Amino acid sequence: MLNAMRLYGKYVGVSIRGQMQYRASYLLQLVNHLVLTATEILAIWALFARFGSLRGWSLAEVALFYGLVNLVFSITETSMRGFDICERLVKAGDFDRILLRPRTTVLQLMGYEVRLTRLGRTLQAVMVLTWAITSLNLAWTIDRIGLFLAAVIGGVCLFNGIFLLQATMTFWTIETLELMSIITNGSVETAQVPMAIYQPWFRRFFTYVVPLGCVSYFPVVGVLGRPDPLGSTPLFQWLSPLAGVIFMLLALQAWRVGVRHYTSTGS
Amino acid sequence: MTAYGAILGARIRMLLQYRAAALAGMATQVFWGIIRVMVFTAFYASLRPGVEAPMTLRQTVTYIWLGQALLGLLPMRIDGEGAGMIRSGTVAYELTRPWDVYWAWCMRAASLRIAPTMLRCLPIVVFAVALLPASMRLGPPASPAAAGLFALSVLLAVALTSVITALLTITMLWTISGEGLMLLLSGLAWVLSGIVIPLPLLPDAARHVIEWLPFAGTLDLPFRIYIGQVGPGEAAGVLLRQVGWTLALVMLGRWMLASGLRRLVVQGG
Repeated sequence: MLNAMRLYGKYVGVSIRGQMQYRASYLLQLVNHLVLTATEILAIWALFARFGSLRGWSLAEVALFYGLVNLVFSITETSMRGFDICERLVKAGDFDRILLRPRTTVLQLMGYEVRLTRLGRTLQAVMVLTWAITSLNLAWTIDRIGLFLAAVIGGVCLFNGIFLLQATMTFWTIETLELMSIITNGSVETAQVPMAIYQPWFRRFFTYVVPLGCVSYFPVVGVLGRPDPLGSTPLFQWLSPLAGVIFMLLALQAWRVGVRHYTSTGS
Repeated sequence: MTAYGAILGARIRMLLQYRAAALAGMATQVFWGIIRVMVFTAFYASLRPGVEAPMTLRQTVTYIWLGQALLGLLPMRIDGEGAGMIRSGTVAYELTRPWDVYWAWCMRAASLRIAPTMLRCLPIVVFAVALLPASMRLGPPASPAAAGLFALSVLLAVALTSVITALLTITMLWTISGEGLMLLLSGLAWVLSGIVIPLPLLPDAARHVIEWLPFAGTLDLPFRIYIGQVGPGEAAGVLLRQVGWTLALVMLGRWMLASGLRRLVVQGG
């Protein structure tokens, strides 16, 4: 375990040094990302200026949802790039090399490329969260902080699981299904606002099939300490982030099956 | 003239081959449309009584679906082939051909916008009209006159977006990689054309500026004619705005191309 972590640290170091060779391009991408997300945030602000609230949710409350899911997604995106491009490895037959090495496939793919450009989204998420927390005037007691951290951990697990499943499918399809972007990017889009505003069928999909609501909506309602229009209890809000962890464990099992099923392509 | 028509036709036929990608793109756009419709419905439900938004919810929902159906018209990326030509230097061949490079590139740009839109537009419209509950549906045009003027305005939008795309290609003569500028511009186009928020819903100060930028002419203005937010009487002004920007950007593009080609150095033997 310790050895694996040290190796992962090495992977991270190498890929950071590699990307730092293209410093100008890196900075440009970072600035780009910040400008783009700033316009997105301005757009949300403009809607609140026009309509007052989002079905009773204030801008600061929505900012907490927005910041959480973007933070979680950016952490996942930074570390799961290897799974994102698993398609390429499978298509070219390069996955063979990964199987040959005396380390687990998951560790190697996680260390494949740690993308620093995604730090732009992290930075932006942290800024939004900071603003939300200062303007909400909540008392940050231990249990509030605990619940929020549970949501972050559950969320990272859930998105890791989604990336794992996406990569697993390539063992059969050889190609990343574009449709998976609905689940990945679509989840981020969906969880940026409180899920209570969506229609029931849509909410059910993002609670029972992809447990997105369990790692964003329900715990955040618990953190805000306001009654849930959907009627969840505090106990449920505390337990719900576990769904993300369970999702990832199931995805890991699927990944193992997929790896066993892998037959090399390429020549 | 026939040469330019041939480029346009050939490239559209080529781009129409990418049907699987279009299918995936359509699914994504439909999903996005549904989320946006639900979010805006919730925003409208929070309006205090007595306060009115500049467009009704029905108009907004229709505007959102038109945006998803015609998203391909957004002047985002440039075509990979044109960019590759400039990067690799084969752009030199382009200059030896017996045509006006500017119009040839415009036709390339036009095909890049028209083909994906042709593939995606109809299925999305059918979905948004037939398969959704009534409150989430794409509504009919405000009037027969609005329908006709909308069609005309979309044609002008195609011209305008092609000219903007051609201009982006030309800037590559300076930037070579061009990725930074392209990313930034495509992100801005997203907001400034009304895809993120229908432009009439923006705060008035911002709206009065953004409405006059060329991006509004690519999507927002035709949509507003369709939903009747711009009446048939005012439509002439809107169409003129589209024509004006197109002509201005053609002149800018030709001038930039000429000065870019003067300093062009092609390596290799």
